[in-house]
Amino acid sequence: MNSLIGADWAAWSVIAPLAGAVLAALWPRSGPLLGMVVSVFAVLVSAGAALGVWHDGPARAGLGGWEVPLGIALHLDGLSALMLLMTAVVGFAVSVYALAYIRPGSGRDKFWPLWLWLWASMNGLYLSGDAFNLYVALELLGLAAVAMVALAGGAAALTAAMRYLLVSLLGSLAYLMGVALLYASHGVLDLALLGQVMGDEPATRLAAALMTAGLLMKTALFPLHVWLAPAHGSAPAPVSAVLSALVVKASFYLILRLWLDVFPQPEGSAFALLMGALGAAALLWGSLLALRAQRLKRVVAYSTVAQLGYLLLAFPLMLAVPAAWHAVVFFALAHACAKAAVFMAAGSLQRSAGHDRLAGLGGVMRREPMTLFALGIAGASLVGLPLTGGFIAKWLLVEAAIQGQAWGWALLVLVGGLLSGAYVFRVLGHGFIRDLAVTQHHPVPALMSWSVLALALVSVALGFAGAPALELLTRHGGEGS
Amino acid sequence: MTSLYLIGGAILFGLGVHALVARAHLVLKVLAVNVMGSGVFMVLLAAAAGGEGDPDPVPHALVLTGIVVAVSATAFALALILRVKAVTGRAHLPEGEGDAESGGS
Repeated sequence: MNSLIGADWAAWSVIAPLAGAVLAALWPRSGPLLGMVVSVFAVLVSAGAALGVWHDGPARAGLGGWEVPLGIALHLDGLSALMLLMTAVVGFAVSVYALAYIRPGSGRDKFWPLWLWLWASMNGLYLSGDAFNLYVALELLGLAAVAMVALAGGAAALTAAMRYLLVSLLGSLAYLMGVALLYASHGVLDLALLGQVMGDEPATRLAAALMTAGLLMKTALFPLHVWLAPAHGSAPAPVSAVLSALVVKASFYLILRLWLDVFPQPEGSAFALLMGALGAAALLWGSLLALRAQRLKRVVAYSTVAQLGYLLLAFPLMLAVPAAWHAVVFFALAHACAKAAVFMAAGSLQRSAGHDRLAGLGGVMRREPMTLFALGIAGASLVGLPLTGGFIAKWLLVEAAIQGQAWGWALLVLVGGLLSGAYVFRVLGHGFIRDLAVTQHHPVPALMSWSVLALALVSVALGFAGAPALELLTRHGGEGS
Repeated sequence: MTSLYLIGGAILFGLGVHALVARAHLVLKVLAVNVMGSGVFMVLLAAAAGGEGDPDPVPHALVLTGIVVAVSATAFALALILRVKAVTGRAHLPEGEGDAESGGS
């Protein structure tokens, strides 16, 4: 047993939400309390795991004392620690928000078990070092996420959930087929061992293609994005926030993990350029849809389609600058905080006005200055205005592109920023029109406005936390740096 | 013999993907997903029989776990189809992306 302290900490970040989910399913009344206990616990445990990685480097632990290859390994490095932390911080804010948003009777009995279940499967995904175990985590994640979309209950939410379920199953079966092919040709499932034995055979390439395509589908990357906007747009606000901020990042994390640690780098630049082109298309098309959408939550959902495009820039940028993925992970982090805050603010406005049609929201925005302010600063981080986390993230991306003399990608990052500025200010603009008649206005509960504001402030504060986050990412498994 | 399972699995997987895209009725789509899953399981069986000597037990364990996941996913999908049918009156998905779709709470 060489389990280091960090990995032990991290194991609790799976156990705690899982236990919470089971208890909340057994005693629905205690759901909110369990949710808060797990949230606080998750923040502490993830911070402990991150500190462990910071001081001792990457760690592995065999579950139940069984060592690889017979046992199933938990693997903790800088990347997984950072994802755990991101999940914990966003999850904490979403849980506080949900205390007020999810009222007793309106699906509360189901929300808390599903949310904790989702949380456990995300953390399991970040920690697992075994290709098949990752499939199980991926499938649990998908089922919990779909069930949460269906919570809203209307026709739009149910059909969106159905579509999401089919895409999700297709994606995870494509991934599983890849795993089967890898096992057939190499006889191991542990990611680290796979990375050592893998060559550039046809079977490996086919497996890589299947797994990447399946995961891209689950990440909703263009042109496989069609299911995202209805699903994220019609779910209850805390669910939309979790889906847009965290769930799509989980499958992207897996793509990144596989290409960093397992698959051999393909010869030539065709693959990387294809991924980059998909990213560019997502960025432009998603932004256009966001500019056209008439409902607030749809704008935010299409903005997710667009911003996911940035994540794919990791591949072309890594051609010239191998460490460029650090910038992309930091972008994912900044986007998670900002997007969750924006979705929650949108949910508050929708709850307050009784609808989310952009044209009729101006009056309510003026009466809810705190929510409007949170929407504004989280939106600024989304756009990448200076002093925000989003600014540092885009700065790092442009820096990597310039280092690699890839001027096209640098330009794309800037154009994407301009487009996101256009749709964010289009939304905010409605809050600054004078003398609007307000047909309906329910005050936003304090818990909701404060949790949104806190998360929006975190998304700005990330602008000052860039250095430690990037330092943590250098504690990477295979590189030994 | 092994390659029979391998090729059979690939064909089943392909048929499943085709049916998932081509069929409109939701129950047929869920069946298509199950056919895809069976294809994957056959490839795993081929992997188990691939080496010399006794078959490798690990893929069998994977298939068993896979069946458990597939059963839960299918049960959930069928329950969701019932809800979709109850609310919309149809067991089909509406066509198109539809930015104008009404709904939400």
